[in-house]
Amino acid sequence: MTGLAGPRALTGTGVLTGVGVLARLALRRDRVLLPIWVYVIGILPVSFAVTFADLYPTAADRAEFARTSAGNATFMALYGPLSGSSLGELVVWRGGFIPVITGLISLLVVIRHTRTEEEAGRRELVGSTVVGRQAGLAAALVVTLAANLGLAVVTAAALSLRGLPVAGSVAAGLEYAAAGWIFAGVGAVAAQLTTSAGAARGIATVALAGSFAARVLGDHGGFTVPGGPGGSWEWLSWASPIGLVQRIGPYAATSGAERWWVLAVAAGLVAALVAAAVALSARRDLGAGLLPDRLGRAEAAPAFGSPLALTWRLHRGLLAGWLTGFALLGLVFGGVAAGVTDLVEDNPGLGDVFTRLGGRAGLIDAYLAAIMSILGMIAAGYAIQAVLRLRAEEAAGRAEPVLATAVSRPRWAASHLVFAALGPAAAMLLAGAVTGLVYGLTDGGVGRQTARGLGWAAAQLPAVALLAAIALALFGLLPRLWAMSWAVLAACLFIGLVGSGLNLSHWLLDLSPFTHTTHASGGSADPLPLASLCVLVLALAAVGLAGLRRRDIPTT
Amino acid sequence: MDEAIRAEGLVKTFGPTRALDGLDLRVRTGEVHGFLGPNGAGKSTTLRVLLGLMRADAGTVSLLGGDLWREATALHRRLAYVPGDVTLWPNLSGGEAIDLLGRLRGGLDRRRRAELLDRFDLDPRLKGRSYSKGNRQKVALVAAFASDVELLLLDEPTSGLDPLMEEQFRELVREEQRRDGRTVLLSSHILSEVEALCERVTIIRDGRAVESGTLAEMRHLTRTIVQADLTPAADAAATAAGLAAIPGVHDLATAGGRVSFEADEGALTPALSRLAAVGVRGLVSTPPTLEELFLRHYDRSGASGATTGAGAATGAAAGGERAEAGR
Repeated sequence: MTGLAGPRALTGTGVLTGVGVLARLALRRDRVLLPIWVYVIGILPVSFAVTFADLYPTAADRAEFARTSAGNATFMALYGPLSGSSLGELVVWRGGFIPVITGLISLLVVIRHTRTEEEAGRRELVGSTVVGRQAGLAAALVVTLAANLGLAVVTAAALSLRGLPVAGSVAAGLEYAAAGWIFAGVGAVAAQLTTSAGAARGIATVALAGSFAARVLGDHGGFTVPGGPGGSWEWLSWASPIGLVQRIGPYAATSGAERWWVLAVAAGLVAALVAAAVALSARRDLGAGLLPDRLGRAEAAPAFGSPLALTWRLHRGLLAGWLTGFALLGLVFGGVAAGVTDLVEDNPGLGDVFTRLGGRAGLIDAYLAAIMSILGMIAAGYAIQAVLRLRAEEAAGRAEPVLATAVSRPRWAASHLVFAALGPAAAMLLAGAVTGLVYGLTDGGVGRQTARGLGWAAAQLPAVALLAAIALALFGLLPRLWAMSWAVLAACLFIGLVGSGLNLSHWLLDLSPFTHTTHASGGSADPLPLASLCVLVLALAAVGLAGLRRRDIPTT
Repeated sequence: MDEAIRAEGLVKTFGPTRALDGLDLRVRTGEVHGFLGPNGAGKSTTLRVLLGLMRADAGTVSLLGGDLWREATALHRRLAYVPGDVTLWPNLSGGEAIDLLGRLRGGLDRRRRAELLDRFDLDPRLKGRSYSKGNRQKVALVAAFASDVELLLLDEPTSGLDPLMEEQFRELVREEQRRDGRTVLLSSHILSEVEALCERVTIIRDGRAVESGTLAEMRHLTRTIVQADLTPAADAAATAAGLAAIPGVHDLATAGGRVSFEADEGALTPALSRLAAVGVRGLVSTPPTLEELFLRHYDRSGASGATTGAGAATGAAAGGERAEAGR
């Protein structure tokens, strides 16, 4: 830290003065997390290469796998279309969700170093020193763009060393980096719009989710003949940044070569987003957003006088955002499920595979189980976020004045936990109902499919509640370690998305509650795992609340 | 019940730091009690322990005759608390925050609320994130003073207020003082504020109460500064040596024919007799000030009470700050 205020910072007087110092500050603050995500995501594709080479050693094996997987609606929704059967293409296809992850991390990092700093007032402290007015934004972007470039290098090097074609490996690395760069730009723009970092994160994440949804719809609608893109909806995939970067097509043996020009389009998009963010930032005051703050009520509404009334105000925006997002995801996944029919009919060659999976109904079941388990993990993210509002209130010093009134600690906690429990449940059930409804519209059994969709969604709720309960237990007992809740969710996501592909041993897969709810939603599993999940949830919640009753507030 | 707050032997540790180290605090019902101490002395921790937000590792607390840790909500109804660092909900207006806190406590006086908003010149329609530090402080003060409670716990309530608003605050405390049975515990690091408002004072340092009593009692604890010009015939060095031998004489210095020192109350008579014996041309004595006592307690290096060079420097700086605050 000693170099931060060195004399070099004092040279120059432009809008970018001090960008190097601020970039080093950002690197210093992210010195643990940044290298971890660059490295972990960077080598993830190699782990797929190892697994695929293990499971499908010959070209014939891989061709067979590609033939049976190309028409799988679940895979298509999650990873995108599979273009060929070379090892490289399989690896890149399997890593089709990586651009979403790099995009998400990048937008979060940019907002963390821009709007969050500004909202906390630290930007003002820094801004009063010799620092140009665009330096903060520039430093956040430089760090994020460089981290993504580092990720590209790690990916390209690791895949090349594994013996895959160098050009394709470089293209794969750049695909992931390009997604990160674009959403870093999206984050930079969102950070200029609102005064609160939370709202900025919301806007940018909605943009990412929309881009993912457009990619799913575009890939699916465009997928009229298994094995090759083409069709009326395909433009949606091109319009989506996630779909766009995937169209670089690393290791694309069938189409001849990678589409390197797509990188130029992505670079243009990044440049446009950064220019927009810079222009917006130049026009506004420190601390202000482009969307203005309105005046509030001079007196509170008569009913505004209970902890629950307060938490309704604090959680309702979050709730509305998640409900909207989950309804949209339900639309997308339901639409994809409806299309599974076409896939089966268009490709009689897959008949035996489908029969093995239990026919069309079995395929839909497998698809819905996979989709709902992923939605469950996303809903768990919401649940953790809602529980951790307690910690945010405490850390910001807003819990103290409330607890110094006639509100007991359990009542205060409960007022937040209501939303942590019911919010994710409502979002899940909504997504399940919409998925079933949309699927039922093509199937003809709207009522039956909606009920089934609700059932699928409900089966995930114990696992969602478990992650919320873990967050609550941490908050009550080990409040300093609240961030571990996210690590637990990350582990579940890792097991759920990558675990089976990595041939992890069964007991490791069983550690994730979502492994059990996925099995249970198949309808055949015994109720014991679900019952024990529920007991565990109650026990952890009780432990968390007991810890909260006994501990100091605030614990810093 | 004649004691609103009685805390004995409070100990609170945070990891390696001992924030409270056997603190005793007694606040009588109906008084405005000053709780003075430098930053980091343990004032906020004490208030949090009193409120039952934090649990002391050792010691006993009785507040309004009850145990806060067990009957927190019932007792909280009867008190109002203004935290040292007020943060508001960014998406709630100031008016909503005032009403919410008041209602959570069990209701607030609408007329008084309107009057207070007016006196503090506060716009209740702004959102929490738009308020400056001083205005956030005002929101918390309005919420506290508009409640009809027996006990007010105020943690450095005037930080961030401009002098005009500070005067309003003092006026409010004086009004509370005139009402029967109202107790105020006012934590502060500004002596002038406490001098102006409080009947009794507890000075806290390093988690321990170092002085407690009325302001008049405390003045007795301070030293008189004496400066004497000796007659030319007098032997300054010998006189100084004689003075230094008297217990309770501190900071003795000689320059030419001038001797200066500080004397505790009990050392004054022997010191003056000695001066009279050698003969003085001129004598200046500066009466004891609370400021000096206060700074002696603030100064960490001068543990035994001797005013060192560093202590004098801090004294000057703090004096300047005080003058500014009182303007």
